[in-house]
Amino acid sequence: MSQGDLRAGPFTHEKSSIARTMSLVMLALLPATAFGLYQFGWPALFLWLATIGAAVATEAACLRIAGKPVRPFVLDGSALLTAWLLAMTLPPWAPWWIGAVGGVVAILIGKQVFGGLGQNLFNPAMVARVVLLISFPLEMTTWVSPKPLFSAEAPDFLSALAITFGGGFNIDSMSSASILGHVKTELGRSVDLAGALAGSYDPMGLLVGTVPGSMGETSALLLLCGGLFLLAMRIISWHIPLAMLGSLALCASVFNLIDPAHYPNALYHVLSGGALLGAFFIATDPVTSPVTVRGQLLFGALLGLLVYVIRTWAAFPEGVAFAVMLANGLTPLIDHYLRPRIYGRTRKGQPISYAETQEGGNG
Amino acid sequence: MRASALKLFRIRGGVHPEGRKQDTCDQPIRELPLPPLLRIPLQQHIGAPAQPEVRRGDHVLKGQLLATSQGLISAPVHAPTSGVIKSIGKFPAPHASGLPIRTITLEPDGEDRWIDLDPQATPLYLEPDDIAKRVAAAGIVGMGGATFPSAVKLGLRERFALHTLVINAAECEPYLTCDDRLMRERAHEIIDGIRITLHGLQVNKALVAIENNKPEAIAAMAEAAHAFDEISIVAVPVRYPMGSEKHLVQTLTGKETPARALTADIGIVVHNVATVRAIGEAVRFGRPLISRVVTVGGGAVREPGNLLVPIGTPVEVLIEACGGLCEEPAKLLSGGPMMGQPLPEQRVPIVKGTSGILALTTAEVASKPTMPCIRCASCVDVCPCGLLPLEMANRARNADLQGAADFGLMDCVSCGSCSYVCPAHIPLVQYFNYAKGALMEQQRAKHKQEETKRLAAARAERMERIAAAKREAMAKRKAEMAAKKAREAEAAQAAEADDAAAEPTDAPNSKLAEPQVGT
Amino acid sequence: MLAAVASLSVLGITLGTVLGYAARYLKVEGNPLEAEIEEMLPGSQCGQCGYPGCSPAATALVAGEAPVTLCPPGGQPLALELADKLGVTADLSTLEEKRPMIAYVREDLCIGCTRCFKRCPTDAIIGSSKQIHAVIGDACTGCEKCVDACPTECVEMRPIPQTLQHWYWPKPAIAA
Repeated sequence: MSQGDLRAGPFTHEKSSIARTMSLVMLALLPATAFGLYQFGWPALFLWLATIGAAVATEAACLRIAGKPVRPFVLDGSALLTAWLLAMTLPPWAPWWIGAVGGVVAILIGKQVFGGLGQNLFNPAMVARVVLLISFPLEMTTWVSPKPLFSAEAPDFLSALAITFGGGFNIDSMSSASILGHVKTELGRSVDLAGALAGSYDPMGLLVGTVPGSMGETSALLLLCGGLFLLAMRIISWHIPLAMLGSLALCASVFNLIDPAHYPNALYHVLSGGALLGAFFIATDPVTSPVTVRGQLLFGALLGLLVYVIRTWAAFPEGVAFAVMLANGLTPLIDHYLRPRIYGRTRKGQPISYAETQEGGNG
Repeated sequence: MRASALKLFRIRGGVHPEGRKQDTCDQPIRELPLPPLLRIPLQQHIGAPAQPEVRRGDHVLKGQLLATSQGLISAPVHAPTSGVIKSIGKFPAPHASGLPIRTITLEPDGEDRWIDLDPQATPLYLEPDDIAKRVAAAGIVGMGGATFPSAVKLGLRERFALHTLVINAAECEPYLTCDDRLMRERAHEIIDGIRITLHGLQVNKALVAIENNKPEAIAAMAEAAHAFDEISIVAVPVRYPMGSEKHLVQTLTGKETPARALTADIGIVVHNVATVRAIGEAVRFGRPLISRVVTVGGGAVREPGNLLVPIGTPVEVLIEACGGLCEEPAKLLSGGPMMGQPLPEQRVPIVKGTSGILALTTAEVASKPTMPCIRCASCVDVCPCGLLPLEMANRARNADLQGAADFGLMDCVSCGSCSYVCPAHIPLVQYFNYAKGALMEQQRAKHKQEETKRLAAARAERMERIAAAKREAMAKRKAEMAAKKAREAEAAQAAEADDAAAEPTDAPNSKLAEPQVGT
Repeated sequence: MLAAVASLSVLGITLGTVLGYAARYLKVEGNPLEAEIEEMLPGSQCGQCGYPGCSPAATALVAGEAPVTLCPPGGQPLALELADKLGVTADLSTLEEKRPMIAYVREDLCIGCTRCFKRCPTDAIIGSSKQIHAVIGDACTGCEKCVDACPTECVEMRPIPQTLQHWYWPKPAIAA
């Protein structure tokens, strides 16, 4: 038996694997995605396919260039999942090249240049979204209200092809603002909150998914179901989602109590925008989040705070992408300082001592 | 007595591998017929190898001393049956490396004749020190797999204030059922051993911890311990690694063993259930440790079961006794699948610490190609020692051994929970074992370097001294030579003067008034 | 623009002056690095590196004239340590994949001439005139001085045997 192929135990394993993890996350995203595709029709489907196609192709190309084995990495589903999440955050009727550029940027710059799977510092989907948002602000902030498939207003297959691959759609007649964008603009015009929300704020709609926005920003209910499924399957733990949503709700409630006329309440913040998608699917990305429980709670809390700050006082109506990237940057620091206590040692690393005479525990 | 009221504590992390004990847990212990040859390694324990006392060609009786223990941490080795010593030499060890180990080969003569034993009818009236001596002479070591000499553990009472004896009957590894069957079939012997051990430790409380997936064993032990108030049978939750002594003690008492210390530091001594039965047998009947129960299991074995095996029996004999292999195993292991050692071949022998022989199929091993770490932190969640396995493995992979040690590598018990759950199938425990070994090697190299310096410096100094002494001697000789030369010169001059004085000279300026007498 | 030129010039001159003073008045005499490097070398003065002793070898290392792989008894661990200390990358390809060796005296050929033990820098050979010599393995550094000295060529170098006590798991092969 040569030393080279000597393998140590354990010689048994639970059913987990990276492909299984990625598949389960995609399964959890399926209901919200399917509903979103239904709500926004064929253009959304084409955009989704374009994003995924570009990402997977980029992954294969990068692996080939790097001389790494292509098949196992492409088949593990990580590039697909990244692109899927990115597509969920894009305006559903954006032109195909937004999705394609986003997919390439996410995989090439967000993941492969760092060294591939497990090496990136920032969430690749968020890297791509931020790059797109800053580079193509018009396309990235043009939303439409839902035009369900097979309904009268929905574009048919050929018109959809024209929308995604052709010259785009009639912006003036079809676009609508997402609730976050609308409220921010109105508050900026010194209309108070009641006025801003009137007629456009529909919590039920946000919950079910009948409001304008990206596919991932609409059906809160389906996203919540997906998140709970992931929790049940032990793919993610509850610490980051709870800390993030809790922190966001807390900040919103505090400011809402202080000045209800200018600061929306917790429900508004939690249901609108990418808060739920971010909490369950984006912030919980294992590569870019802390590894310990305390670290994850801190990370989530920080995220919630950042999302609130950016939404309320910064120039952008939606803050999840920026907040996630900022928090990702802090992850190594959090991991360095917040470590678990080792068995038999104090928090400081010294062996524990039972200085007092022993009560003998159970006897 | 059955202690159902004992408050138990949670251990951190841990995993729940499938038990897979159903194939063997109901198989009664079968005695194995004597094999044609026994290979008895001289080191089946932690510590120094034993030194042979017999020679090739000697005829020995069952239970006769074959090799004596060397030093404080060591154990003797005895003949598992009567027969002839065929050879004392190198044979492959039942170890993953396949390296040879000094082994006595014994050919049984079939008579299985015992040597004269020294039984004790009333072991509880012995001095505690005598109990320790008998245990040492019987070669008893930890039979749960750690193989630490048990007599040394009994001696801990002199250095530590002990109050509880914990009997480790958790048997948390999948497939293994040897302790389970032992408890079901030999409960009274075990209780006897516990009472003797309590006396040897001078402690009056024993907790027998059995995982609650063994209800029959719990019942059998509770019934046997019925009359003894000092022995409590405790059902502990099923969780790997419940059998790790530090974590078992934590479950029972809530106290953590301080880092780099023993459980004795918190007043507790832990013994495996089979070990304590062997202690009873050694003290009461004078029989040394020469056989043990081994579970033979795994999907590749035709008829898995539990065998009572003489120490030194080759693994192939056990497998034959269980119907042979029904397929080529993916792995042949000594011990359980979590912490067991892969065996290099089937000729290697059973030793005192072998609790199971497993022939696992590819499906049971369930290994997949290794992928990069995605920092999912599953390993952090399950580590019972509160470590960060992903960080330690990362550093070990990049040759930053000190970095790995800083993350707590030396506190790792190598239980394998982290590798069990890793979705990327990274061989985490192998990284840790490699790093620990490499660090030890570095320490040895450093030690060698320091010693080399010391030796070289000592030699240089010695050479200096020799050279200095030489120089001194030379200088002395030179001085003597010079003095001698000076005397000779004077003598020569004196002789000349004499000659000059003997002849008439008209040297008007002759200053010599009188002849000088040479010295 | 004038202001920019002026301010940068002033900055440059000031900082340059400070550095100049520091170079002159805060200079470190000698090079303590040499002593530290010498500490790290085995110290047996075996000469296999080509320098007459560990001290000149240390000087050469600090001056950058000798590669960090110069010391065969130190092997790979020493090369890596030296590389770390000197801040250079170790070109380990030049190190032969030689297992550490120790000397062994073939007793049937030994004539007891005492030449080998007189040359051993760590006194690892025991024996006396007209008596068979033997090598104490633990003290041998593998410098091979004794091999050259023996008139009957009875000293040979053997790899240190791998024992069960010192074996450890190899690093897992990186699959992906």
